[in-house]
Amino acid sequence: MSKYSKFCPGCGQPIVLQTLYRILQKRGDTAKAVLGLDIGCSLLAWDLLPMNTFQTHHGRVTPTMMGYKRAKKDSVCIAYTGDGGAYAIGLQSLLWAAKRNEPITVIVANNTVYAMTGGQASPTTMKGQKTGTTPSGSNNDPMLGPELIRSLNPKAFIARVSGAEIPALEDALTKAFDAQKQGNFSLVEVLAFCPTNWKVQGKEMLQYVENMKTVFPVGEVR
Amino acid sequence: MEKEFLTGSEVVVRACKEAGARSMYGYPITPGTEILSHWILETEKNKDLKYLQTEDEIASGFAVCGAVIAGEKSFTATAGPGTVLMQDAMSMADGMRLPFVAIIAQRGGPSSGTVIYSQQEVNLAIHGGNGEGMRLVYSPSNLEELYTYTRKAFNNAWKYRFPAVVLTDGFLLKTKQNISLNSLNITNETPVALVDEQSQKNIRNIYTFEEELREVLENSKKDFLTMAKEVIEYELIHEEGVESCIIAHGIVAGAAKEAVEILREQGEKVALFIPKTLSPFPQNKLNEIAKNMHSFFVVESSMGQLQDLVKQNLFEAREIKGLFKPAVGIETEEIVEAFIQSK
Repeated sequence: MSKYSKFCPGCGQPIVLQTLYRILQKRGDTAKAVLGLDIGCSLLAWDLLPMNTFQTHHGRVTPTMMGYKRAKKDSVCIAYTGDGGAYAIGLQSLLWAAKRNEPITVIVANNTVYAMTGGQASPTTMKGQKTGTTPSGSNNDPMLGPELIRSLNPKAFIARVSGAEIPALEDALTKAFDAQKQGNFSLVEVLAFCPTNWKVQGKEMLQYVENMKTVFPVGEVR
Repeated sequence: MEKEFLTGSEVVVRACKEAGARSMYGYPITPGTEILSHWILETEKNKDLKYLQTEDEIASGFAVCGAVIAGEKSFTATAGPGTVLMQDAMSMADGMRLPFVAIIAQRGGPSSGTVIYSQQEVNLAIHGGNGEGMRLVYSPSNLEELYTYTRKAFNNAWKYRFPAVVLTDGFLLKTKQNISLNSLNITNETPVALVDEQSQKNIRNIYTFEEELREVLENSKKDFLTMAKEVIEYELIHEEGVESCIIAHGIVAGAAKEAVEILREQGEKVALFIPKTLSPFPQNKLNEIAKNMHSFFVVESSMGQLQDLVKQNLFEAREIKGLFKPAVGIETEEIVEAFIQSK
């Protein structure tokens, strides 16, 4: 299905992207779909999948895909971004796209760090988490993006899933694309592994994601 | 030919519509706001036309990027601090060679500066992005040119795939006069999507290897130089028997036209050179006229951004003097006086 992955070994993002492509195939939407990529690790997906993809700028994939969708209403528009692109530098556009109910699907790979730049604190860094810019552990509670966006748009489909639970991810993506088809905004946040920056391996990594679920509740955000 | 009583902003909107633009994304900022509000009035008359007032200039710019990638002629209009924010999207348009069209209504700066007029956004319009992006930048001097160059900005952006800027100001946009726009015979370029159902493309703007980026930039430079041969425009008033040449652009060129005639009546052997494309700059013509001149006299409402362009493009040393009035308008009499005093 995919070309050579440029992501780190053990990265959660190729799992998300390949699941995404499988769902598009199942729906017969691969030709109509356009995958816009934020900058950060997301950019590495630029030639991973046999579909139309393009990179944008850091924090700017949401307004770019909004412009694409408004120009081409029968397309399936996906904005793929990390937690920094979504909830820090790109938050203003994300909130307004949600509030205006732009019919696009935003997928946020939440790995709690700016991973591409080597693991600095991001909006979703958890309290106590040590990163390159919080060497003694973060003092702040993380940003709960989906919960924040829920308050802006009652029609949107908004969910958070674990990247380790593929059936739940498939289900969420299916519902997100259904929402887009119905003309509504959708956002799926995926708890995505980053063993490189979490400095964990094997079972520890799965345990890390399990711990994340206590901070970031999974399921549809209602 | 029937004349209409129109403002500069209405002229811009007319030109965008007749160029085939289907959408505008914008954020209110003086002195460009009326372009957005007049475009919105057009969308109420014609349901094929779309608009969105976005949350900021960044979103406007990237929405234009998304729309043009989808194959829709789209544009934005901004000014001053908005032009600064717009550089994020314009830099992506530079890097990905997107047919991005921006109307830039210059206002005074730095910072929030003043709100109606300056010629201080020349550098930002041409070189505002990171790296070395290449843009087509028109500087119209009157309402007829505002219309013509807005049409050409769309056409050449889509034909050559470079971002295009119509660099104007609040004085011209708020000017209202009788104007005939029917005489222009321009065939619109057909927009072609970068990606659609028939394509399967992977497009990037970030490269793994330095050599890859170098190759992309060198190819863009070649394309830009090819485009330059087709799109460069200028006006040269008085060619024979001249010793010096005034250079001005935008609405200052209007005052300079009158000044040159007054100076010539007083016996001065002076010409006037008006670059209509600031980028690519009419380098060959500048150097051709430089052969017969001992000096240039640059007039602009900035501290020397046009003068810098002239210096960059001159092959031989020539004395360059000028009248530099950052952020304020320039009248004919001032140019006459300053030119005489400079001798």
